[in-house]
Amino acid sequence: MHLARTCSLVVALFFSGLAVAGSGEAQVPVEDYCEWQVTDYEIKEPLCSLKGDSKRGRDIVSDSGRGNCIACHTLPLKHISVYGTIGPSLVDIGKRLNEGQLRLRVADTRQINPMSIMPGFYRHPSLINRPDRRYIGRTFLTAQQVEDVVAYLKALK
Amino acid sequence: MKAMYSTRLFLLTLGLVVAGNNVLLAEPKSGYEYIKDETRALQDDDFDNPGMLTVDRGLELFNSLLPGASKRCANCHQQDGEGLDSKSIARYPVVERSTQTITTLQDRIIACTERTGVKALAPDDKNLVALQTYVRHLARGERVAVDTEGLDALLARGEKLYTTRYGLIDMACQHCHVFYPGTMIRGQHISEGMTNGFPAYRLDIGEITTVQQRVQQCLNLMRAEPFASGSEELRLFELYMTVRSNGLAIETPAVRY
Ligand code: HEC
Ligand code: HEC
Repeated sequence: MHLARTCSLVVALFFSGLAVAGSGEAQVPVEDYCEWQVTDYEIKEPLCSLKGDSKRGRDIVSDSGRGNCIACHTLPLKHISVYGTIGPSLVDIGKRLNEGQLRLRVADTRQINPMSIMPGFYRHPSLINRPDRRYIGRTFLTAQQVEDVVAYLKALK
Repeated sequence: MKAMYSTRLFLLTLGLVVAGNNVLLAEPKSGYEYIKDETRALQDDDFDNPGMLTVDRGLELFNSLLPGASKRCANCHQQDGEGLDSKSIARYPVVERSTQTITTLQDRIIACTERTGVKALAPDDKNLVALQTYVRHLARGERVAVDTEGLDALLARGEKLYTTRYGLIDMACQHCHVFYPGTMIRGQHISEGMTNGFPAYRLDIGEITTVQQRVQQCLNLMRAEPFASGSEELRLFELYMTVRSNGLAIETPAVRY
């Protein structure tokens, strides 16, 4: 029994959940959705014309209630030692993809690969099947959070 | 690595399209093969395995009168269930072909307890789950053996559920349990989502968990509205997933993350 408890603690710490709802988050009022456009496999214009902040982006990518990108990707974060291995490493993704390409990957990667396991972080809420009540009408990340993440990724060179 | 996964993804996708029912894996792997060594050791030792507490509780209930009952399970199936056949337990869920009705092991136990005079137990009733755990445990070591003859229509419906995306996370079961077993989602190995260990003890929540509860928990993880306990959808999930598990040795009570 003692072992059981230790084990479960370790496991719980490692996998704090792809989807553990950031408890405060669902209280935030639903925002209007901003439409976006794909040209040349890019979303060239920032969502809702917002400006991203790479420092905030760095917090979002490792927050299990928000982006939780580290569930699937390796990133160069000093305070994180365990990453998922489902997706490719993003340690120098800014060398390979430009801003518009990154925005499309984060907002709705299925525009590129319809079978992708990667969640679309800014798809129209009406496309979501059976959302939990707390998330009806919401996108996975807000437009501002997407811009913050894009700003962070762009700088990974 | 990346190339390997995309080839695999491609072949599996092809399989789904061509074969329609992609349920019968050539070599299904138990969740046991994906858990950590410590967790295996815990499962393997009946004294340490926390799921055995529920097995013991189920045994006690089996031999005693449930609240409101005039008979015990043991009146029909002998003391400790000696009269039950482990091979037949391993064949659940069973399907009445003419009406296409699915009866899970839990449904069978509900029907039996009703015959002892108890009013229908709810799917998440603790006594019911304990009885179910004990009965399935009696077939530990038997191979899961659902008869798939004449199940095409039901399995196609199960597969539809398994390959549909749910919730804000917007993923289907197949994304994790068909395309990515063996990879890490953060610190956790993803398995093929087999049912041979269930009801299983989950370290994460510290509770014995039925197959249908596990499906609900994965749906919660996806920030989806889970299907209701006892619903037809969860029955279809269980049938489909247990057919995928055909041939694996029953491990109840398994210990899982
Ligand atoms: C559940 C798994 C999962 C999560 C969570 C996830 N991704 Fe991905 N991501 C993938 C996979 C798999 C790919 C590979 C391409 C594909 O399958 O579409 C990918 C591809 C990418 C790419 C393109 C990489 C390349 O080399 O071209 C970027 C950029 C990216 N992800 C960023 C993110 C960011 C940022 C987040 C979080 C906000 C995130 N991902 C969350 C699974 C995931
Ligand atoms: C985001 C990834 C993900 C998705 C999508 C997902 N699961 Fe899971 N599932 C997991 C993880 C992680 C575990 C725990 C490790 C393991 O056993 O695979 C798990 C465990 C399970 C198990 C227990 C397996 C065992 O041996 O203990 C079952 C059964 C299961 N999932 C069914 C489902 C079903 C049904 C769906 C769709 C409704 C689903 N999962 C969707 C990640 C996922």
